[in-house]
Amino acid sequence: MTKISLGKGINLGLRRAMENDPKVLVMGEDIGKLGGVFRVTDGLQKDFGEDRVIDTPLAESGIVGTAVGLALRGYRPVCEIQFDGFVFPAYDQIINQVAKMHFRSMGKLRMPIVIRIPFGGGIGAVEHHSESPEALFAHVAGLKVVSCGDPVDAYWMIQQAIASDDPVIFFEPKRRYHEKAELDETAETAPAPLHQAAVRREGTDATLFCYGPMVKTCLQAAEAALEDGHSLEVVDLRTISPLDLPTIFASVKKTRRAVVVHEAPLSLGPAAELAARVTEECFYHLEAPVLRVAGFDTPYPPSRVEEEYLPDLDRVLDGVDKVMGY
Amino acid sequence: MTETVTSGGPPDQNPAESTTPGLAPETFAPAQAPSPEQPSEEVEFVQLLTPEGERVEHPDYSFDLDDDAIKGFYRDMVMVRRIDTEATALQRQGELGIWASLLGQEAAQIGSGRALNERDMVFPTYREHGVAWCQGVDPLNLLGLFRGVDQGAWDPRDNNFHLYTIVIGAQTLHATGYAMGQQRDGVIGDPENGEATIAYFGDGASSQGDVNEAFIYASVFNAPVVFFCQNNQWAISEPIDRQTRIPLYQRAAGFGFPGVRVDGNDVLATYAVTQAALRRAREGSGPTLVEAYTYRMGAHTTSDDPTKYRLTEELEHWKLKDPIERVKAYLIRTGASDNDFFDSVEQEADGIAANLRQGCLSMPDPELTEMFDRVYVEQTPQLVQQKQDFAAYAASFSVGAEGSH
Repeated sequence: MTKISLGKGINLGLRRAMENDPKVLVMGEDIGKLGGVFRVTDGLQKDFGEDRVIDTPLAESGIVGTAVGLALRGYRPVCEIQFDGFVFPAYDQIINQVAKMHFRSMGKLRMPIVIRIPFGGGIGAVEHHSESPEALFAHVAGLKVVSCGDPVDAYWMIQQAIASDDPVIFFEPKRRYHEKAELDETAETAPAPLHQAAVRREGTDATLFCYGPMVKTCLQAAEAALEDGHSLEVVDLRTISPLDLPTIFASVKKTRRAVVVHEAPLSLGPAAELAARVTEECFYHLEAPVLRVAGFDTPYPPSRVEEEYLPDLDRVLDGVDKVMGY
Repeated sequence: MTETVTSGGPPDQNPAESTTPGLAPETFAPAQAPSPEQPSEEVEFVQLLTPEGERVEHPDYSFDLDDDAIKGFYRDMVMVRRIDTEATALQRQGELGIWASLLGQEAAQIGSGRALNERDMVFPTYREHGVAWCQGVDPLNLLGLFRGVDQGAWDPRDNNFHLYTIVIGAQTLHATGYAMGQQRDGVIGDPENGEATIAYFGDGASSQGDVNEAFIYASVFNAPVVFFCQNNQWAISEPIDRQTRIPLYQRAAGFGFPGVRVDGNDVLATYAVTQAALRRAREGSGPTLVEAYTYRMGAHTTSDDPTKYRLTEELEHWKLKDPIERVKAYLIRTGASDNDFFDSVEQEADGIAANLRQGCLSMPDPELTEMFDRVYVEQTPQLVQQKQDFAAYAASFSVGAEGSH
């Protein structure tokens, strides 16, 4: 067992994927000698060369657009978008080209492309560096959207995303890059499939659904809730599109209350979809409406007030109090 | 070789003169729309066959093939024009939802398409019916998109001809990435047997960010890609001078690779120029921008009405430069072909058109239930459920269904 950070987990996962498949390429801005602004690709160019770890011009549509061509040629590109807010110049290529290619080609063409996006706030950054745009991708047919919440998932999920023949938008919780955990690097297989949620903590009174940076927050909230006498279950969704509905439904049918937590703005976010699904499938099991604890429907605020904007332990517990009040 | 162009093109003026800060506001007015009444401007391009069908020489480019090859080009151009005419008719009769005509651009497409080797890869727009013909794509397959029965029915790997791309310019990045893949596969280095990629786009797309990013990526990575711009003078209703103040081919210099303008209505020159650019790419010398100077003789698509924004005189002027007529004039003048040849080509074209029509009319509508299975390679439970629900719903309408609507 080795103690690694979440960022290192992705680094090791990328390294292993590149070792196992010579068609895997990594491309993005500043990912070569610098190792990326978060050092996630540290050392890869030195070991795999400039043809496989490509420092691209500073043009995101170019990163994804050329990745489409590389994928058509048989490569498996992993694109790094430097920050969440910088993905939008590539949005046309992702939505109109990457997502639809398999469908419009009658299933003949595949887009095994991974687009890595460090996302979310809490690092005191300037604007466009703290956003949570996952709903904008999860709404699009043809894309799969996942987020890792801990170092072990980071290591395995990036490999699974690269192995996927479907395009995967891979959201990395940037404020958790330095969280550490034990990784068994000798393990041969991943602990779970890519599109499966994980029950991180068992509970009986309500379920907290979360992903990415909110997993740690929710686990802390569940611990704190014990003082109030509440036993909370914490489900790390891991996959935002498609949602792992069986795991979600099983937990709700057990606890009968649900709070969905994400940093992304409240309205029309992933939590809304989850709530709708739960309502359709678990209506007679519910003791309370499904509640959402999320970012507000404002643009991401200046960083001096981001701690108030972001769902934290207290806001999660406030949500729990509300569902317990029914 | 220079030729006097009396309409359609931007004046080859120094843009700095009109964009210097501090000048009177009226200085910043848009350039005048091209008009046949405007004074003639000298426009340089490579030409090897004049509109009158006379062979001329160029110091940098030569056409090495024999008259049989030229007869082949003639046949190609007649076929694709006939296919195009038939498709337009099918749209007018309600059999296609829309059609994007290539009328007038036959030489640009056949000349460049015939310069490709069997390993080169093509990334087209939605108007490259002539290039599709050269690559051996069944013309019937082109109609599916426009009839609304599919979004591209051919396998791009069968003919090295990618699916049509509707969002303009997006495919230039795909082509550049594909060419970067060719580099990594080590198939570059031999001007004849190496591989190259060609990206088609138009004068309108030249304004897109993606095209400019493609130029940058191709340049800095020295990718084996040919950017083939058919400047047909019009982006729907917007004339070329709404896209550029300098000749498009000159933009290449700013990106660090060569650009060349060719008479896009001259199939021999287009062939020669494209072949040189492809050889350059295949041998590892990097990208080239080819601007094929041509004219969209028809509407942008069958939904368009060019009479609202351009003059008939302009069209009449370009008809004198027709890409097919000049080859016919050459073949007659030199005695390379007789009437039997021209008659046989016409007959063959009519036969292809009849088959195309028959094939179009018998194209089956797709089944919506089939669509659910090709969104993802690895199907999602959600889509499985939606497909089942829809199938059950649809079945509830069938006669005898229990609780039917």
